[in-house]
Amino acid sequence: MKKLLLASAATALMAGAASAQEVKLGVLLGFTGPLESITPAMGAGADLAIKEVNDSGKFTLGTVSAVRGDSTCIDAAAATAAAERLVTADGVSGIVGGDCSGVTGAVLQNVARPNGIGMISPSATSPALSTAEDDGLFFRTAPSDARQGEIMADILSEKGIKSVALTYTNNDYGKGLADSFGTAFAAKGGTVTISAPHEDGKADYSAEVASLASAGGEMLVVAGYVDQGGKGVIQASIDSGAFSTFYLVDGMYGEALIEAIGEPLNGSFGAVPGTDSEGATKFQEMATAAGFDGTSAFSPESYDAAALILMAMAAANSTNSKDWTTKVMDLANAPGEPILPGELGKALELIAAGTDIDYIGATAVELVGAGESAGNYREYSITDGAITTVGFR
Amino acid sequence: MDILNALVVFLNFVFVPGLAYGAQLALGALGVTLIYGILRFSNFAHGDTMALGTMVTILFTWWFQSMGISFGVLPTALLALPIGIAVTALFVLGTDRVVYRFYRKQKAAPVILVMVSLGVMFVMNGIVRLIIGVDDQNFVDGSRFVIAAGDFREMTGLAEGLAIKTTQVVTVVTALVVMGLLFWFLQKTRTGKSMRAFSDNEDLALLSGINPDRVVAVTWIIAAALATIAGVLYGLDKSFRPFVYFQLLLPIFAAAIVGGLGSPLGAIAGGFLIAFSEVMVTYAWKKVVTYLVPESMAPEGLLQLMGTDYKFAVSFAILILVLIFMPTGLFKGKSV
Repeated sequence: MKKLLLASAATALMAGAASAQEVKLGVLLGFTGPLESITPAMGAGADLAIKEVNDSGKFTLGTVSAVRGDSTCIDAAAATAAAERLVTADGVSGIVGGDCSGVTGAVLQNVARPNGIGMISPSATSPALSTAEDDGLFFRTAPSDARQGEIMADILSEKGIKSVALTYTNNDYGKGLADSFGTAFAAKGGTVTISAPHEDGKADYSAEVASLASAGGEMLVVAGYVDQGGKGVIQASIDSGAFSTFYLVDGMYGEALIEAIGEPLNGSFGAVPGTDSEGATKFQEMATAAGFDGTSAFSPESYDAAALILMAMAAANSTNSKDWTTKVMDLANAPGEPILPGELGKALELIAAGTDIDYIGATAVELVGAGESAGNYREYSITDGAITTVGFR
Repeated sequence: MDILNALVVFLNFVFVPGLAYGAQLALGALGVTLIYGILRFSNFAHGDTMALGTMVTILFTWWFQSMGISFGVLPTALLALPIGIAVTALFVLGTDRVVYRFYRKQKAAPVILVMVSLGVMFVMNGIVRLIIGVDDQNFVDGSRFVIAAGDFREMTGLAEGLAIKTTQVVTVVTALVVMGLLFWFLQKTRTGKSMRAFSDNEDLALLSGINPDRVVAVTWIIAAALATIAGVLYGLDKSFRPFVYFQLLLPIFAAAIVGGLGSPLGAIAGGFLIAFSEVMVTYAWKKVVTYLVPESMAPEGLLQLMGTDYKFAVSFAILILVLIFMPTGLFKGKSV
């Protein structure tokens, strides 16, 4: 054990020495597991920011390279091991990740804090992470689901809806969202008649729907996944005539749902993270040019996470996490020169000249509270079998 | 008090779904119980036999649909069903020839055959996933409802709607026809009688000149047909996903054991018992009770015994209770 420790310490030192001209950035995402369909575009988003910084030639600390690790999204032990490898063997100076809330919390406590490595997660949305001990090392470019809960309560109460039934997918995401919505909706004077979990991957949801229908409510809030139980619950509700309108959370957003359910879905509505900002359009153009889908979930957030880390390093003139993490909040928020995607070179110049910048990026980044995105949501409704944007919040 | 509305709510959310699910379980349990009675082992590959049969039926359904063949208001899958049964029967006969016959010749203990069927299960599992993939497959067509909830409300003027899906009617009718045919076959035909004789006492049956190979082959063919029909009905009514069929093995076995392994009547009773108790124990009775009692006594809570997550737990609780008090099941099957 002692030898192993010595050896790993030695490797860490050597890695540290070798990286004088090379800045390594860990990209810790669930490249296998339940999110494996969206992580390639997330990884590509981070790579895009890194490539842009390298191509600009303005990053004086060295050449940036990405080292990928697999968080698996669900297995905390595997994610911790992968993060440990990134930090000790590869000697990364910061981590973009993790992706799912559970593993992100585990990596933060077991790897990032003991080793003093800063991390910015593009997609962990659990409200629990807002209050987690982080020694100032943890940020996220994704909004907390506490925020989504408030948005949902706002939208529903503005429509004059007073009581809803709620079903959520039985995991951290679904439970967290259900709780935050319940609190926010109650504060607005609304009632959740029943908050019932559903398991993903079942063929039959008639029993779940029977309970939801019995509890009643003006409409059904579905906090699940579009290609999983969420779709099954909606189908069974429509078949049995239990509910006819649905509120769809971010995980329920997708054309696939309209294709599967068809006409009865008209009149349902929801909100997804998104902005109408100039940065979002610009990022999508850049992504298309780079050969990946910029509209894929959390891909812009990943670009912003990587870009923020590198900007902060430049501002601190150090790759040490203790130094650069202190700069993140300043860079992300006003005042300063606004920076859009594709302007990272310009941003580095401004930083070198000592001018303050306000990183807008692909998702109109604005960090609040414990360093998490304030959250911009696109409210939409489904009319005539198409998703129509109602407005932005 | 509003008895009519209460009845409609009960029918819509408990009785109709429970009846369809029960019919599907009963058909599955019949296959398991036949194999147990005649071949004397628990066939763990039954869930995946259902998946295989359904997969073949789905592939032919898609082919029919692409050629523009349809079955009017009924699902096209019913046309493809005989082909599915034939292919599945050939497959299980082949499996018997290659795998089970070897162990039967050796007079292997039932537990060895159970383990063998576990191996067969994994192979079939893999084959199905390789061919059709792990995702949901939707193959239902034809008209969706016999009565839609909204139409029912308009027709009757009641506050509550009753929806009956075409697939639910198809399920129940097909199940009744198949069960009727099976009982007729076992009671009235020569082959059926020889199968029952073989099940009651193998040695005596052999002495009286019954051809064991023929009995085994017919049993497999019937089991394959039952599995395919059960699988296709389940897939039509809900949706097809290989993993779900693998999980179906649990309630199907619970149904077969509760009813009494080896007893066809028990399998049917067990199927409905498991289905209805899963739905009724996890149902929130608030709405039904609200309609039945005077307004002042309307319940505040949901009146739900346990969450719907515990569905599977219900079938196993019943299984354990039955095994403690009636070890041979409700209909005096063979003890496990």
